Amino acid sequence: MAILIDEKTRVLVQGITGREGRARTKLMKGYGTMVVAGVTPGKGGQEVEGVPVFDSVYEAMEKVGPIDASAVFVPAPLVKAAALEAIDAGVKLLLLVPDRVPIHDVLEIAAHAERKGTKFIGPNTLGVLSPGRAVLGMIGGRPETARQWFRQGDIGVSSRSGGITSAISYYLSRAGFGLSTIVHVGGDAVVGLPHPEVMKLFEQDPQTKMMVMFGEIGTTQEERVADMMERGEITKPVVAFIGGKAAKEGTRFSHAGAIVEGGRGSYASKVERLKKAGAYIAEALMDIPRVVTEVRRKHGLD
Amino acid sequence: MARLFEYQGKQILQEAGIKVPRGKVVETPEQAARAVEDLGTEAVLKIQVWLKGRAQLGGIRFVKTPQEAKKAAAELLGTRVKNFVVEKLLVEEKLKIERELFAGVIIDDYEKKPLVVFSSMGGTGIEEIAREHPDAILTHHVDVLEGFPEYKARGLLSRMGFKGKLLVKLSSTLSKLYQAFRKYDARSAEINPLVITEEGEVYAADTHIAIDDYAVYRHPELGIEIAREFDRPPTELEKIAYKVEENDYRGTFYFFQMVEKPVPDENYIGFHGAGGGGSMMSMDAVLNRGFKIANFTDTSGNPPASKVYRAAKIILSQPGIIGYFASGSGVASQEQFNSARGLVKAFMEDEIEIPAVLRLGGNYEEKAIEILETFSRFIPGKIEGYGRDDSPEFCAERLKELVEKGGRKVHRVKPIKEYTPPPGAYSFKTLTGRVYIDHSLCARCQARDCVEACTYGVLKFEDGKPVLAISEEEAARGKCTECLACELACFLDGKKAIHIELPIPGLAEYREKITKEG
Repeated sequence: MAILIDEKTRVLVQGITGREGRARTKLMKGYGTMVVAGVTPGKGGQEVEGVPVFDSVYEAMEKVGPIDASAVFVPAPLVKAAALEAIDAGVKLLLLVPDRVPIHDVLEIAAHAERKGTKFIGPNTLGVLSPGRAVLGMIGGRPETARQWFRQGDIGVSSRSGGITSAISYYLSRAGFGLSTIVHVGGDAVVGLPHPEVMKLFEQDPQTKMMVMFGEIGTTQEERVADMMERGEITKPVVAFIGGKAAKEGTRFSHAGAIVEGGRGSYASKVERLKKAGAYIAEALMDIPRVVTEVRRKHGLD
Repeated sequence: MARLFEYQGKQILQEAGIKVPRGKVVETPEQAARAVEDLGTEAVLKIQVWLKGRAQLGGIRFVKTPQEAKKAAAELLGTRVKNFVVEKLLVEEKLKIERELFAGVIIDDYEKKPLVVFSSMGGTGIEEIAREHPDAILTHHVDVLEGFPEYKARGLLSRMGFKGKLLVKLSSTLSKLYQAFRKYDARSAEINPLVITEEGEVYAADTHIAIDDYAVYRHPELGIEIAREFDRPPTELEKIAYKVEENDYRGTFYFFQMVEKPVPDENYIGFHGAGGGGSMMSMDAVLNRGFKIANFTDTSGNPPASKVYRAAKIILSQPGIIGYFASGSGVASQEQFNSARGLVKAFMEDEIEIPAVLRLGGNYEEKAIEILETFSRFIPGKIEGYGRDDSPEFCAERLKELVEKGGRKVHRVKPIKEYTPPPGAYSFKTLTGRVYIDHSLCARCQARDCVEACTYGVLKFEDGKPVLAISEEEAARGKCTECLACELACFLDGKKAIHIELPIPGLAEYREKITKEG
C-alpha cells in the first residue's frame, strides 16, 4: 500500500524546465514514478525527459487527464503562486521542495489548501519515497542509488531532516529491514504535513507495521505525536530519535525549525513526553537498527 | 528570525497607526541632552540592543533634565551589555502609566495560522497568568484570507469586559498590530507593555518584532545586515560569509562563529556540516571526542563546488584551529563530488597543514572520495575521505588520531594573493566568478582532459585549445556550474593552465588584518 505516493500516482512537475526540475524529473521517472506532465509558464510545447510541458496546471489537466500530485521546483519567491495555482486547479497533494519560502506565504498556502481539502508536504523537503514503487521529489539522488539504498518492507519513516531521512532508511535497509514509505516532512517551522499527520497516515496503512521518527528541537510536532499515542490514535510501535541535544537554546542550526520557542520544544521535553507515551528512544542515529530489532522482537513483528 | 531594535519596531507600529511615545534615537550624550530638551518633559533613555529585561541590566534610565540625560547617556553609551556594545539610545517622553497590558501576534506552527495574544494583566509571566487567570488572556487564531479587522478585535475584547472609548482604542491597536505583522513578514510582533496612560490613551511603550529570515529580501528598508537570529552582533567573518550566500542562490551556506579567536590549546576545529540534521549529529560526534567547534557551517541543498570552496576558505580564515571536520547525514542526495572539488581547491590554495577528515557519504560518494585521495598528495596536511558506511563517531575518532599523530599542528591563516591572469589569457565569466585559460600552455598538452572533465558540455576544443562551446551569456548565467572539474583535471596533467577565480569580497582584507594581529 505505502502512503502518499506509489507507482499509480499521476505526477505533475511545476518548474520542470529549471535546473532542479529537469534533474529531478529524470530521477523520478528513472525510479518508476508516473510523471505525466510538467508546467513552466511560457515554455508550453516543449518536452523534458519525454514529459510534455504546458503553460499552466489547468492546461496540463485538460490535456493529460487527472493529476494526483504536483512536485514544485520553482524558486522560493514563486512557490506561493505555483502552489495556489495547483490548489485552485484541484490537485490534492503538493510537494513544495524549495528552501527559504517566506513563512507568511506558507500560511497563505495553508489557508487555501484547507479550504480545498489539499494536502501539502514541505516546504524545504527532499520529498517522499515508497521503495520499489515511486519517489516524489529528490530523495536518493539517482535512481540507481535510491534502489540500492532503500528496501521495501513494513517500517514507515518520518523525518524533519532530509539527509537523516535517507540515512535512517539506508541504515535500516543495510540491517536487513524494509520500508513502506519514507517521508521528509520538511525542515521549516511551519510545514504542511508535520509528524502527527504522517503518523496518522502510517497508522492507517496496512503495509506499515511500525514507525521510526526523527525529530529536532523546536516546534511541538513530536510532543503532539506523544499526545496521539496516549489518546490511542497511534497504536503501532514508534521509535524516535531527537537531534539537537548539543544545540544551545535559541541558536539556530540552519533548519529554521530547529529553534526553541518559548520554552517548548526542547530536547528534554520531547524525549520525556515521547518516553512517557510509550515510544522507544534511540540515543544515536547508528543505534536505530538495534532499537528497531528489539522493538520488533517485543511486538512479535518478525 | 531577524530581530529589530526597539526604535525600528516602533517606527513600524507608528506607520501602522499605533501610538508610540514621542522620542528620538541618539548616539552621543549631547544628542541625548538635546532630545530631552526638545521633548520638554521627563524622559527615559533606553539602550538599543537585542535583549529582553533591559531594566534589570541597568539599560533603562529615567531623567528629569537635559543635564541628567547627558550624564546618563555618557554612562550608557559604549558600555558592554552581555554581547553588545551600546551604540544607540532611544530617548522618549516618560508616560504617565495607569495600567500595563500585553499584545502580540505569533505563528502557531501546528495550526499554520497567526495567533493573536492579548493579556489584560501584562506580559510578564504570561504562561502563569494563562493558568491562574484564564479570563485575563485572549488567544485567537486568524484566518489569513479573512484578516483581523477591528470589529473582530472589538468583539473579542468586549467579552473580556472592555468598554467604550478604551475598547475602541485597544481593538484598533490589536488589529493594526496584526496588519503590521503581516505587512512586514514578522515571525512575531509583541507590544510589551501596552500601556494605558492616566489620560486614557493607549501607547506601545516597548516592542519586540522579529522578521522572517526568508522574507527579509522583501524589506530592504529595514536595513537588516544578516537575516538570521543572533544574540550578539554578527562578526566580520560572518558578514563576509553572508554576502557569499546572498549572491549565490544555488544550495545553502550557513556560517556561524562560536568563538572569534580560537585558542589552539582548547581543541578548536573548523566544522563543516551538510544538512541540518546531519550537521547536528556530526557536531555531537566531535564534541563527544573532546573537540570544540570554532564555527558551525552548513553547505547543503546541492551547492555548486564554488560555494563549498568559499565556505572552506572562510572556515580556514580562523587561526588557531587544529583540524577540519566535514560531515553530514552520510547518505546525502546531493552530488558529493562538488563538495570534494570545492574542498580540495581551497585546501591546496591555503596549503593547509592541519589534518582534515571529510565524510562525504551519499550520492556519488565513490567519486568524491576518489577526488580527495587523488589530490591529498598536493596538500601538506593529512586528508582522509569517508562514506556512508563510516559513522560520524568513527570519523571524529580518526580526526582525533590524526591531530595527535601530526603533533597538534595549529592552523595559520594565509594571506590571499591577488590573481594576475597571464597576458593574453582566454577568459569568460561564470555566475559568481571567472575562468582563465592560458592557451599558450595548451599547445604542448597531450592529455587534454579539461574538455572531457566538463560533463556539462561548456567547453570544446578549437584548434586544440579549450574554448566555450556555449555563448558567453549562457556561461555567465549559470550554464557553467563552476564545478571546477576542468581546473583540477588540468592541474593533474601538470599544466595548471586553467584558473577559476572565485572572489570572496572582504576576505583578503580580513585575512590581512588577522595575520597582522598575529
